[in-house]
Amino acid sequence: MDNLFEEQEKSFETKQLTISLGPQHPATHGVLRLDLLLDGETVVKCTPYVGYLHRGVEKLGETKTYFAALPLSDRLDYISSMNNNVGYVNAVEKLFGIEAPERAKFIRTMVAEMGRLSSHIIWLGTHVLDIGATTPFLLAMASREKILDLFEILCGARLTVSYPRVGGVRNDVTQEFLDRLYEYVLEFPARMDDYETLVTENRIWKDRTVDIGIISAEEAVNWGLTGGTLRGSGVDYDVRRYAPYDAYDKVEFDVPVGVKGDCYDRYLVRIGEMRQANRIIKQCIEKLPAGPILADAPKFTLPPKDLILKDMEHLIHQFILITKGPTVPEGEVYVGTEVPKGELGFYFVSDGTGKPYRMRVRAPSFVHASVMPRLCEGGLIADVIANIGTIDIVLGECDR
Amino acid sequence: MEPAEIAEKIKEQFPDEFLEVREFRGQAAVTVKKGRLVDICRYLHDEPSLFFDFLVDLCGVDYLGKKENRFVVLYNLYSVRHRHRILVKAEVPEASPSIDTVVPIWAGANWHERECFDLFGITFNGHPDLRRILLPEGWEGHPLRKDYPVKGPGPDQEWKGFTEVLARAQRYKEFEWDE
Repeated sequence: MDNLFEEQEKSFETKQLTISLGPQHPATHGVLRLDLLLDGETVVKCTPYVGYLHRGVEKLGETKTYFAALPLSDRLDYISSMNNNVGYVNAVEKLFGIEAPERAKFIRTMVAEMGRLSSHIIWLGTHVLDIGATTPFLLAMASREKILDLFEILCGARLTVSYPRVGGVRNDVTQEFLDRLYEYVLEFPARMDDYETLVTENRIWKDRTVDIGIISAEEAVNWGLTGGTLRGSGVDYDVRRYAPYDAYDKVEFDVPVGVKGDCYDRYLVRIGEMRQANRIIKQCIEKLPAGPILADAPKFTLPPKDLILKDMEHLIHQFILITKGPTVPEGEVYVGTEVPKGELGFYFVSDGTGKPYRMRVRAPSFVHASVMPRLCEGGLIADVIANIGTIDIVLGECDR
Repeated sequence: MEPAEIAEKIKEQFPDEFLEVREFRGQAAVTVKKGRLVDICRYLHDEPSLFFDFLVDLCGVDYLGKKENRFVVLYNLYSVRHRHRILVKAEVPEASPSIDTVVPIWAGANWHERECFDLFGITFNGHPDLRRILLPEGWEGHPLRKDYPVKGPGPDQEWKGFTEVLARAQRYKEFEWDE
């Protein structure tokens, strides 16, 4: 019998096949292109190509003042622009040597967690959709819509918010916003239960994700993975916990970690993060202190608009800061913050002028895209789709 | 471990390679010569009390006309076990813009080095796959260099890949139905 099969195999002529997945494939979450060398259904070699969305954000940042470069950070990871803004202003504040007042810190923590929720909801919807379940996607988009509505109440913009400011936030939160957010937060655990009922123990879902794309803890750190992708491998590393910024040291939250480092563990970690984000928002609303929302540092923060219209001194500050930029001490800082995708870092080199000499964006999606060959090679082509979903990349951030 | 102590350790271990240490806002940046950079990185990675297992970031900085050696390659290292950070900077002269690769130590350095090559034109000796990454193959120049114009080389010097795409689009527009 064995001989028969062997003879049959010899008589077949097989050859390896190269296919190009993307850049317009809906499952690549943007414009990622993968060149896959296939032997039957097995991936022999995987070569990612990125750069289709390269806009030169780092070069542009060098031509603008620290205030004017803030909207550039919106366009990095455009589905969680709030988190990018928070990361950017934190880095600039550290460079300037100023600190936001307590109320602004709590507001920033709150809106950053809202951004995390909205990003994770989109991740859940699209990841599950790629693997073949449509219902969670529709539910998730409806839920995300409510967060975007809340952003609209808060600052007028839904997607590219530019709400945080260097030294604080743009405007104070209204009572209506807080009431509606609290309502959302209270009903959110029930929504999460809905998603989990549909997905977590689903037989098809488990077949497609358990033991797929395994990466060990040491290897994950060596590759430079961060965020949920790293914690899925069991490494307890979260910037919010170990280098707290804003009000993260004043709220309670857990850091979920996985065990095996496969797609299913990464899924569980992100699901856990969504529940924790909800918990943080709830605490922020309850603990929100009264006080100013902008740091008292006229040489470094843009003055409020109503004062500019009344007061000569504020007008002068505004004029100088907008045209020339602030006078920044010479030096360099790196500040990393935990965005939904991983650790987003800003590295500034200042030469004493109002514009950064060098602005470097350490984008988590860029690093995560580089690990694709490691995850995909040796697996099946269907698992490539599961792997793209699980590393959770946004190409706007990857290509910068 | 405090950043100053880490800098002191590097100085003890590699006295000839060590150039300077600067502290700003609680972060220390150590500048070293590029010759034995891989040895320094290997030491930082393997020494149990330092254990820098996580290469957070690798990027270039162009100090055109500000420093004797034009480029700096920055290695942003973090230890997940000990929770400490150090910035290591290696100076690279303009005349021979090359430095040894650290991919054998940290696999994640692969794409960072490709990006640095793409945008600064610094070559990494021994890199497994040194190609342009963000810009298309055949692009001329390295955009993050300070002498590269922000708005590109100018309208009369359009990148030829772009003109090819335009010509192809024009060709596809003219379509005639077969009878």
